[in-house]
Amino acid sequence: MKSGVKKTSPYQIITLILIVIVAAVVFLFPLYWIVTGAFKTPEAVNSAVPEWWPGEWTMRNFQTLFDKRSAPLWELHVPLSEWFTSDNTQVVFSSGPVLPAALRWLINTVFMSVAAMILTCLTAALAGYALAKKRFAGRAVLFSLIVAAMALPKQVILIPLLREMSVLHLADTIWSVIFPIVGWPFGVFLMKQFAEGIPGEVLEAARIDGAGELKTFTTIVFPMIKPGVGALAIFTFINTWNDYFMQLLMLRGTSVLTMPLGISKMMGEFGQDYGLLMAGAALASVPIIVVFLVFQKYFTKGITMGAVKG
Amino acid sequence: MLTLAKANQPAMSRALARRETISGYLFLLPSLLFFLVFVVYPMIMCVYTSLTNATMADGGGSLIGLKNYVDLFQDEIFLKSLVNTVIIVVVSVPTVCAFSLWVSARIYNMRDWACSAFRVIFYLPVVTGSVAVTVVWKWIYHYYNGVLNYVGTNTGLWEKNINWLGDPKFALGCIILILFTTSVGQPIVLYVSALGNVDQSLVEAAQVDGATDLQVFWKIKWPQIMPTTLYILVITTINSFQCFALIQLLTSGGPNHATDTVMYYIYYSAFTLYKYGYANAMGVILALCIAALSAVQFKLAKSK
Repeated sequence: MKSGVKKTSPYQIITLILIVIVAAVVFLFPLYWIVTGAFKTPEAVNSAVPEWWPGEWTMRNFQTLFDKRSAPLWELHVPLSEWFTSDNTQVVFSSGPVLPAALRWLINTVFMSVAAMILTCLTAALAGYALAKKRFAGRAVLFSLIVAAMALPKQVILIPLLREMSVLHLADTIWSVIFPIVGWPFGVFLMKQFAEGIPGEVLEAARIDGAGELKTFTTIVFPMIKPGVGALAIFTFINTWNDYFMQLLMLRGTSVLTMPLGISKMMGEFGQDYGLLMAGAALASVPIIVVFLVFQKYFTKGITMGAVKG
Repeated sequence: MLTLAKANQPAMSRALARRETISGYLFLLPSLLFFLVFVVYPMIMCVYTSLTNATMADGGGSLIGLKNYVDLFQDEIFLKSLVNTVIIVVVSVPTVCAFSLWVSARIYNMRDWACSAFRVIFYLPVVTGSVAVTVVWKWIYHYYNGVLNYVGTNTGLWEKNINWLGDPKFALGCIILILFTTSVGQPIVLYVSALGNVDQSLVEAAQVDGATDLQVFWKIKWPQIMPTTLYILVITTINSFQCFALIQLLTSGGPNHATDTVMYYIYYSAFTLYKYGYANAMGVILALCIAALSAVQFKLAKSK
């Protein structure tokens, strides 16, 4: 970003070395330990002398992880479906061969994160545009409500939310995690920040040309806030994937477990088998890290634009 | 949808305003639906339930006024968890802020690729996810085959293996260290962008006048990044208050409640003791603390 050659002082060199050491030891090493640990033999894992680089690579941990076949490939509860069936049973789509549990966790996690991402982006883009560019009664009140809700800890509402989900017959379905994430107002706030950058004249011109509201949104507004939508998408995807507390409270049945839940369950069952746990941790974290690395430019933008400054 | 668009005459302005209102709410409708049903309603219910003796068996419970709140402040475990939470906040917030400012100040004017690389590395633990991070740290802290004890005893830093998570002296510190790694990512991104936006002409003017680097930093850059600092203080505080996964997976609040935090105790009361009303009362107190802090931040930022 900045140009110009400056002389580096010894202080700056020492700082840089210190930062690199901290980064490597505290921030990169755990990740390295997960990935290599996943391929280590039980002897190497349980030895008191750590094996810095796996002496013998084994797939045994992943084999154990994928050993338990327990759930069909695809299973989806249709939300609110029991309201419409004659005997009040839930409609569940399921298909495919029975698969290892760990693969099911992965599929659940991906579905959950993608669904939350799409729904959040869609609803937040529409709402953010309205809050930024429409002048209507109640707008200021609504916006204050949104900012106030954002400042509160999400976890606090989870106990009442759990009861609400069982009243709505959404308990123990993947939707009970998705819907509250979609409702969380951060996305609307972020989209409003981006939509405020749209010049009023452009919208005025579209109106004079006779474009309808929806057409204005899809052809003018949406393309202009696209970088914001990208930021929100990647942000929601990663946060949903890792929202352990919400998943822990909402999801109990084996067919709805997610990757983070699956590993924490394994910790309870095979607490000391760190090779197996690392294989699970690798399966949970490597895909999301790849997604993050690919889209990190958008991500940075989302963090910076989402900051509430007085 | 609404296509009437010839609104040039002033007489139409009232119709136009109504049209704006209708279309505004239609755009807001999907988002508002989720927001009201899954955020606002549970918030209201949280406050209401905190005034009842609801349990898992008796979800509704009956109103008992402020009894839960009175009980809370006589509950030793709650007070202990409050103290622990405050310790975590008091230690981790200044450390996270100072560390991320220090790193950002060094990396923000590096070449683009180097700056991005550092930002990515410091953000990695957040992306890796609290569960995966916790699992690996549990192994690193392990009494017998953990790396930390191996390195420590072999370099002579301590004499024999330490039971990091089982010893009340160390357990909370171990948790704070992990919390630290998952907390600095976002502040660094924010500081790098804030430092990049500092008015460069002021900096140059000061340098011409012979100001040292340290003077330039405190007199010119620091006031300009103040809003960012306030924001970082608040989000880091909120994060530290909510520290949960680490506790649940590493120590379950043990040994002997040495690592209980308010968030973990809420979970414990609700899902082990099934005291919903009581747990919600704690939630309300936690929310009030955080709301108060956010309000202070907004006030300070406004007065600038």
